[in-house]
Amino acid sequence: MSVELAALRTVDLADSGVSSLNGELHAAPAGRWEVSNPAGRHAIAVGLTVPHEVVIEGHVGYYCAGMNQEAAVSVRGNCGVGVAENMMSGTVRIEGDASQAAGASAHGGLIAIDGNAAARCGISLKGGDVVVRGSVGHATGFMAQSGRIVVCGDAGEALGDSIYEARIYVRGDIGGLGADCVAKELREEHRIELGELLEQAGLGDADPREFRRYGSARRLYNFDVDDAV
Amino acid sequence: MCGIAGIFAKSEAVERQLGELAASMLTQLADRGPDSAGVAFYRRPVADDHSKLCLRFEDGGARDQAATAIEAGIGIVEWRPLADRHVVLVAPVPAAAAETWIDRELPGVAVDSAGQVIEIYKDAVAPGEFIARFDLGALEGTHVLGHTRMATESRVTPAGSHPFSTGLDLCLVHNGSLSNHNRLREELRREGTIFRTVNDSEVAAAYLTSRLRAGASLEKALESCLDDLDGFYTFAVGTADGFAVLRDPIACKPAVMAETDDWVAIASEFRALATLPGAADARVWEPEPGVVYGWGRVTA
Repeated sequence: MSVELAALRTVDLADSGVSSLNGELHAAPAGRWEVSNPAGRHAIAVGLTVPHEVVIEGHVGYYCAGMNQEAAVSVRGNCGVGVAENMMSGTVRIEGDASQAAGASAHGGLIAIDGNAAARCGISLKGGDVVVRGSVGHATGFMAQSGRIVVCGDAGEALGDSIYEARIYVRGDIGGLGADCVAKELREEHRIELGELLEQAGLGDADPREFRRYGSARRLYNFDVDDAV
Repeated sequence: MCGIAGIFAKSEAVERQLGELAASMLTQLADRGPDSAGVAFYRRPVADDHSKLCLRFEDGGARDQAATAIEAGIGIVEWRPLADRHVVLVAPVPAAAAETWIDRELPGVAVDSAGQVIEIYKDAVAPGEFIARFDLGALEGTHVLGHTRMATESRVTPAGSHPFSTGLDLCLVHNGSLSNHNRLREELRREGTIFRTVNDSEVAAAYLTSRLRAGASLEKALESCLDDLDGFYTFAVGTADGFAVLRDPIACKPAVMAETDDWVAIASEFRALATLPGAADARVWEPEPGVVYGWGRVTA
């Protein structure tokens, strides 16, 4: 699908507030946007519903690109808590590091993080994909239900704690597995999907065979009377 | 919520601007903590045999009356009134002796800080008003910690505001809440600690004071928090030489740090760091949970 984008619009957040920017993004047809001076402000470019291309020049605060649909948002810096939380589709790229709960509860789309991501990356993931070039903090993939999390570096403690049917791929070391998360065989179908995800995230030079797969042992799905004793 | 801010100056230019920078950081963190605000400035060390105390009175009248008694009791080298009922006192006696004398002779007076370098000012007012009342922008210093409070555990009072003194030239600011503070407070009371509030952060401060008095290094004292404190916390601890930072092991509360050639800073959110000169090109990172970070000559 190709979309004709409107001419580049530049917005300096030192002059106009985040609400004003978001209002413009919600009202305008798909276009290219350049946002300067984010200065760690919260909720930049949230709730987009058309295939805008938004580039943010600098570090952003909490919930950047939350609830995104269709749009491609890139951050040339770090981001605060909950980047792309509840994303439905589109792509969000972070050129720096992401704070906690990156991609929390995302239903679809791709979140690509060039740096590291802190704790609880992909928490309660519901179908989105998160690809991290660096390492991730503890409790990554906590209660993740569906979707994929790819970590090229290391993962912290309690990886995949209480995970449902999301798949986690880690190339480096892990600090420990969370409850009901186990290492699983990396089959051909997984190598293929991993290769596709790495390619989409711009990490096509990474070799999928170097990763290990983690997922649910499915022992927490049903009540076991012995657990209550 | 609550907001934490701290800056350690690595250049004289930043030392001269310290108050202005602290004010801009606290302004950004005002909506994380609209109930109270406070700062601990490390500035203008006094002579070896002198001490510096920050006192808080019921009102300005009580402050004026107390000056005569303090002059007669321990002597006054400098008497610098601040806002409407605070004062910075420099006395020609050691800090512990001065603090003991004031506690005994002037029981209505709160000693917010004591030492040779530290100056703690705090009050139960919104951060913007606090900055104006204490004219923070005009202050210089080597390092500073600041706090904006959104009260969760106890009443909004000046005494319940941060920073809390944790001993001579030491202080603590806290974002979070502790769940075992009642039991810990009783244990510390048995050791002789006097508590002035039912605030959980005061217990954390007293706990650190107790560990440091028992001979622990600042790093060891902070590490023991990981075993003995139950709850959520990002702590920043100020010392005469610098500051240290610790987050609880599951990192419930935010913290972000940044460093340039001119300064090192911590804040609850990046937007507070963004106000500092050169922040756009600073090295920025999130402190790992359960790891003690330190600057200056802090042994961490």
